[in-house]
Amino acid sequence: MSLEAKVALVTGASRGIGAAIAAELGKSGAKVVGTATSEKGAAAISARFAEEGVEGEGMVLNVTDADSVAALLKTVQEKYGAPQILVNNAGITKDNLLMRMSDDEWFDVINTNLSAVYRLSKAVLRGMMKARWGRIVNISSVVGQMGNAGQTNYSATKAGVMGFTRSLAKEVGSRNITVNAVAPGFIDTDMTRELTDEQKAPMLAAIPLARLGQPEEIAKTVKFLSSDDASYVTGETIHVNGGMYMC
Amino acid sequence: MSSIEERVKKIVAEQLGVKEEEVKNEASFVEDLGADSLDTVELVMALEEEFETEIPDEEAEKITTVQLAINYINENLA
Repeated sequence: MSLEAKVALVTGASRGIGAAIAAELGKSGAKVVGTATSEKGAAAISARFAEEGVEGEGMVLNVTDADSVAALLKTVQEKYGAPQILVNNAGITKDNLLMRMSDDEWFDVINTNLSAVYRLSKAVLRGMMKARWGRIVNISSVVGQMGNAGQTNYSATKAGVMGFTRSLAKEVGSRNITVNAVAPGFIDTDMTRELTDEQKAPMLAAIPLARLGQPEEIAKTVKFLSSDDASYVTGETIHVNGGMYMC
Repeated sequence: MSSIEERVKKIVAEQLGVKEEEVKNEASFVEDLGADSLDTVELVMALEEEFETEIPDEEAEKITTVQLAINYINENLA
C-alpha cells in the first residue's frame, strides 16, 4: 500500500489520532504536511517527523479562518505541490448538557469540526480535479451515529461530517476523487482521557473487544482509504470501534 | 499566437471531450455540448489558467455559452 510521492495534508496532527495518521501516511511514503494551531506545535510536528523519518513538516493552520486555509494551501502548493490526500482530522469538544450549553460552546465546535471540513475540502478540490485523483478522509466519530449525552454539539458535527462525505462523494466521484469517513469509537487519546472513570466504565463494558482503541488502529484505516487499495470505496463511513456500535 | 476565440474553443473541446468543429459560438455548454454542472466548473478553472485570470463565481455562473466565454475574456483581459 504505497503512497509514494503523494502529498498528504493532515489537520490537527499535533497529537492523538492526527499524529498517528500523519506518521502512518508518512511511513507509506507520502510527503506529509501536518497542521497545528501554533508555531510551537508546528515545530514539534516537524521535529517528530524528522525523528520518525517522515518526509514533510508541521505548519500552522487555524481551520476556522478562511485566510489561514488559503495561506497554508499556497505554501504547501509551492513547497510540495497540490495535496492529493486530505485528512480532515482537527476537532475539539466542548461538552455540556444542552440546557447549559452556551452559544460559544455550540458554535466553536461547529466551526472547528464541521465548517473546517467544508473549507479544507473546497480548497484542495481544484488540484484533485485536475489530477483526476484525490482522497479525502474525514474523521467522524461513533457518537455521530449513537449520540452521547453532553455532546449535542460534537455529535451534530460528526453526523454532519458523514452526510457531507456522502454528498461530496457523489459530486466528485466522476473525477476519480473518493471521499470517505472514519468513525473512531473509544480511542486512547487526550480527548478521551478527559472523561471521568464514571463516564468510561459503561463505555468499556459495551465494547466487545473489551479495550480502548489505539490511535494507530484508526491511522491504518485512514491509510487504507488513502491508498489505491480503496479505489472503489467512496461515500462510506468505516466504523473502527471494537464493536461498540455496529451498523 | 492564436486568437482568444481559438484558444477558448480549444479549451472547451478539450475539457468537454467534443470535436472542435462542434464548438460553435452559440453552443451552450450544458444543452449543446453535454456538460454537467461539474464540467462547467472545471471549464471555468481551465479558462482561468489559460488566461491567467480569476473569474469570480457570480461571473462564472453567467458564462453558459462559447460566445459568452469569449466575450468575458475579451472584456476582462484585453
